[in-house]
Amino acid sequence: MSDIVLDRVTKRYPDGALAVQEVNIEIADGEFIILVGPSGCGKSTTLNMIAGLEDITSGELRIDGTVVNDRAPKDRDIAMVFQSYALYPHLSVRENMAFPLRLAKLDTATIDRKVNEAARILDLTQHLDRRPSNLSGGQRQRVAMGRAIVRNPKAFLMDEPLSNLDAKLRVQMRTSVSRLQKQLGTTTVYVTHDQTEAMTLGDRVVVMRGGVVQQIGAPQHLYEHPANLFVAGFIGSPAMNFVPAAVADGGLATALGEIRLTDRLRRAMERADAPREVILGIRPEHFEDASLVDDRMRAEGDVFTGLVDVVESMGSDKYVYYALDEKARSAELEELAADSGSSDVPASEGQLVTRLSAVSPVREGDHHEVWFDLGKVQLFDPSTGRNLTLEA
Amino acid sequence: MAAFGGTDTRARKLRWSLLNTLVVVYALVPVLWIMSLSFKTPATLNDGNFIPREWTLENYRSILSTTEFLRALLNSIGIALIATAIAVVLGTMAAYAIARLQFPGKRLLVGVSLLIAMFPQISLVSPLFEIERTLGLFDTWPGLILPYITFSLPLAIYTLSAFFREIPWELEKAAKMDGATPGQAFLKVIAPLAAPGVFTTAILVFIFCWNDFLFALTLTSTERSRTVPVALSFFTGDSQFQDPTGSISAAAVVITVPIIVAVLFFQRRIVAGLTSGAVKG
Ligand SMILES: Nc1ncnc2c1ncn2[C@@H]1O[C@H](COP(=O)(O)OP(=O)(O)O)[C@@H](O)[C@H]1O
Ligand SMILES: [Mg+2]
Repeated sequence: MSDIVLDRVTKRYPDGALAVQEVNIEIADGEFIILVGPSGCGKSTTLNMIAGLEDITSGELRIDGTVVNDRAPKDRDIAMVFQSYALYPHLSVRENMAFPLRLAKLDTATIDRKVNEAARILDLTQHLDRRPSNLSGGQRQRVAMGRAIVRNPKAFLMDEPLSNLDAKLRVQMRTSVSRLQKQLGTTTVYVTHDQTEAMTLGDRVVVMRGGVVQQIGAPQHLYEHPANLFVAGFIGSPAMNFVPAAVADGGLATALGEIRLTDRLRRAMERADAPREVILGIRPEHFEDASLVDDRMRAEGDVFTGLVDVVESMGSDKYVYYALDEKARSAELEELAADSGSSDVPASEGQLVTRLSAVSPVREGDHHEVWFDLGKVQLFDPSTGRNLTLEA
Repeated sequence: MAAFGGTDTRARKLRWSLLNTLVVVYALVPVLWIMSLSFKTPATLNDGNFIPREWTLENYRSILSTTEFLRALLNSIGIALIATAIAVVLGTMAAYAIARLQFPGKRLLVGVSLLIAMFPQISLVSPLFEIERTLGLFDTWPGLILPYITFSLPLAIYTLSAFFREIPWELEKAAKMDGATPGQAFLKVIAPLAAPGVFTTAILVFIFCWNDFLFALTLTSTERSRTVPVALSFFTGDSQFQDPTGSISAAAVVITVPIIVAVLFFQRRIVAGLTSGAVKG
């Protein structure tokens, strides 16, 4: 168990590609930290640098206070779980899990004891003598975990360990990974492109984009106080709605109508030297059917009447999609959408996603009035993406 | 509909079986013919019967009692084994590098080895003859081993690099993370997985060396290093009036049968090797 510090770590591949840029992360002893971001943002590269599988171009990597930049992977005492599991196909499950212990030259009795113990924890005891090719996806995944935990390493590194499982198993395994990590208390760095996994698993989440760290923080903090447009769009599902807004006297002109500036929003605008245009962000769960809110709530928010495009009833809630007439989107938003893959970020053009109570009487094709919480509205600088509503 | 489909596949199966039989017969008849000749007595040699009228082992007895043939057999085995071993070791290293590493001149290396494979060997015979005579390699084992290695390496590199490409890179990374040195990772993980490929390659290279006639004919002159295919061509009868066909056939059988047996015996591995489905996570 140990702490890991990345100090201005940069990776430039031999072909010139700058994959990771000046990354600073301090990972505490026993912490479960998640690297999350769209595909190609440098998560695996960062993880491989911690593992020692990729050279660090510049910057320092310290484990327990010792600089380990030039140490071979085997001298770092770190275990890794790969996306493909990377099980040795010619060895049985038992031999796969014993492999690191054999290399560490432990005696047979100790190896047996540790392998059996790990197999018990992971519920693999009855599969110990089978070959990986005869196991199901979930079992292979557990063998990969087993091979990592048998030797009590200083840290676990996991590169999208659940992404080859089907959705249901993924949710199950997510819980067991989390439980296992708590139980063992081993420092863990976990890579995923799935924001749900990131939110549910980590003590802290590192959001990356294009090789640059966007924000580091607890899941709830990232959700409530995203540092910029990218984090705001990436964290949360369905994603935050973004609407371009022009500053008019005393309010904001948007596709949601004229929005009045509360004190909080006014302060945000002042901090940013009163820009003429901003991007307004509001999450689907901060909307409610206007007929269901009382007067006190109504006073803290604003209402918008729009054409209901689609209603998806989830049982517990209703997802209601409104058509917005305005098609205009800022260049920043376009780029963001392209960057993170369509599903992760802003709603398709001209659409507003809201999550309303299940009791809402809304129907497709209606012109329906919806309320939103002005206290939850965030404003972003369209040119830099910076969150203006973030109190310093 | 189902019945129609049934007859359709039955007809198709029949067509395929017919075609296969044709191909097998076409390939096997000469071999069987040689075997038949090797069991015939000199008097019935030319009677045109497929099944010998009179069976005899005399041909085998006679070739196995001459040092000419036994010495050639020893040469063949020794030269082919040594050349195979060296070619496979070098080929393994080269193929591993080609499959796994980025290095300057990689394309050139692959191109050149392809070039060697395509080079007409006959055009190299006279230069090689001159070179080996000057270097004192003419009519020695190394004199044959060297060109065999040269010409079998492209084959070895190609088959082996196809194999290495199949082995997931991540296994090696996993081994390193599990505490293996690069050497241990290669020996404990990569080598066992590559074994079928190495084995296939070894057999192919061995057959190439074993069957060579051109180099063996031009680069040897005595029993010191003459291999069986060439020795066969020098066979004469016990007297100059005796037809050596029987002995030649017997010798041909002696050198062909081990190969056939080996290939049949290891057929599954070779096929698995050539089609490379061997490694699946
Ligand atoms: N071996 C490599 N050589 C050159 N560029 C690479 C290599 N591996 C990854 N990259 C590039 O580095 C960037 C980050 O890759 P990666 O760390 O694998 O992203 P992620 O794991 O977040 O999807 C990508 O743009 C990718 O194309
Ligand atoms: Mg990756």
